[in-house]
Amino acid sequence: MELLNLYQNNYLIVFVFLCLGVLLPVVALFFGKLLRPYKPLESKYTTYESGIEPFHDSRVQFNVRYYIFALMFVIFDVETVFLYPWAVAYEKLGIFALVEMLIFVVMLLIGLIYAWKKKVLKWI
Amino acid sequence: MIQDLLYSSPSLANFGIFFLLATVFLFVILGFVTYAILAERKVMGFMQLRHGPNQVGGRWGLLQTVADVLKLLLKEDTIPKLADRPLFILAPAIAFAPAFMVVATIPFTDSLQFADIGVGLLYYIAVSGLTTIGIVTGSWASNNKYSLLGGMRAAAQMISYEIPLVMSVLGIILLSGSLNLNEIVEAQKDGWFIILQPIAFIVFLIASVAELNRAPFDLPEAESELVAGFHVEYSGFRWAFFMLAEYVYFFAMASLITVLFLGGWLPLPFLGFIPGAVWFALKFSVVVFLLIWFRVTFPRVRADQLMEFGWKVLLPVALANIFLTALLKELLNAF
Repeated sequence: MELLNLYQNNYLIVFVFLCLGVLLPVVALFFGKLLRPYKPLESKYTTYESGIEPFHDSRVQFNVRYYIFALMFVIFDVETVFLYPWAVAYEKLGIFALVEMLIFVVMLLIGLIYAWKKKVLKWI
Repeated sequence: MIQDLLYSSPSLANFGIFFLLATVFLFVILGFVTYAILAERKVMGFMQLRHGPNQVGGRWGLLQTVADVLKLLLKEDTIPKLADRPLFILAPAIAFAPAFMVVATIPFTDSLQFADIGVGLLYYIAVSGLTTIGIVTGSWASNNKYSLLGGMRAAAQMISYEIPLVMSVLGIILLSGSLNLNEIVEAQKDGWFIILQPIAFIVFLIASVAELNRAPFDLPEAESELVAGFHVEYSGFRWAFFMLAEYVYFFAMASLITVLFLGGWLPLPFLGFIPGAVWFALKFSVVVFLLIWFRVTFPRVRADQLMEFGWKVLLPVALANIFLTALLKELLNAF
């Protein structure tokens, strides 16, 4: 019971930090609102584009490489999700788990080498 | 007293007390940020044979950042008409909240720590990844071409360097057998992990500078090409929160490096009479100085070099380090 309390209290602290992290911007911006001047001008509310009139919508199509890097990130991040518990429990698991993990990582490495050869990692 | 509080059943009173303590801590961090910015400007000044700020608050410019913050508070707040208003307002908060959340788990001494959670390291890494969402939200909501480019770059860079960052820590977890930051520090009694895990340290240091978006990896806000990157349209205090998030991460990352690699509050041999808090502060200052030094020394890398370095060099090295550590551990166990 005591340990459960400790556990809950520690996460309560995390929640307190979350509340404060949200509260600080809210409070600071509220006080800012009281203090700062408000002198609206039409030209103040245009989008900045190096001094020229902005044209087109700015949500342009961006390079497809960003998506590919995002996909690679997902694959390797999931890999780390598997590696973390393995690393914590490694003491108990021993050499067998090491070989298993080696096989798993080599499979992903083949994927990385494939992407490398396909010039996915090359940024132009 | 705090121990009793931690073991008592969680209630609203506990919440109140934690809230007060955390508020005090928040102001400590804000104080750190204020003087870290000053220290950065002063150190950069001295390294470039200038004086740095020396007008406001005496010869050392001690009130310079305070004046800057007050100025930001009095700035008019403009939100472009084309911007996505709700997201534009939300973005600084999304960027800042995780930055403050991660410092909750960092142990400063064996007794001075806020949340001693079992998966502290994993918590840090998971929560710190959320800031990318804030940056991308802000850049997209601005409806500005520069900020969209900056935001996309920021996302690509932060996800690319998160992988080596996360993987380099695995060597430490293998050696200490725990994700709890207190236990990781305790495991360094016989030798700091900077000595036992030098490869991990180098990978982690490089990746952490990239995660912090600091020079030489400050492409998301490359002043000379993207004006200011993802926060072009932000002004006044909304902009200040992006900067604040950056410097709170600076604090958190320097603390994390101290905890993971430099033995946290553990003293050097024969110097155990100096209290742990002093040791932590010393090591922490060394890391902060090192990161400032990086900014002055290295020129910005190009976008293509950045991505290729992350995926082709750091990731394989970090992976190799994991298995090297595991194999060495097996060998040491065998004999």
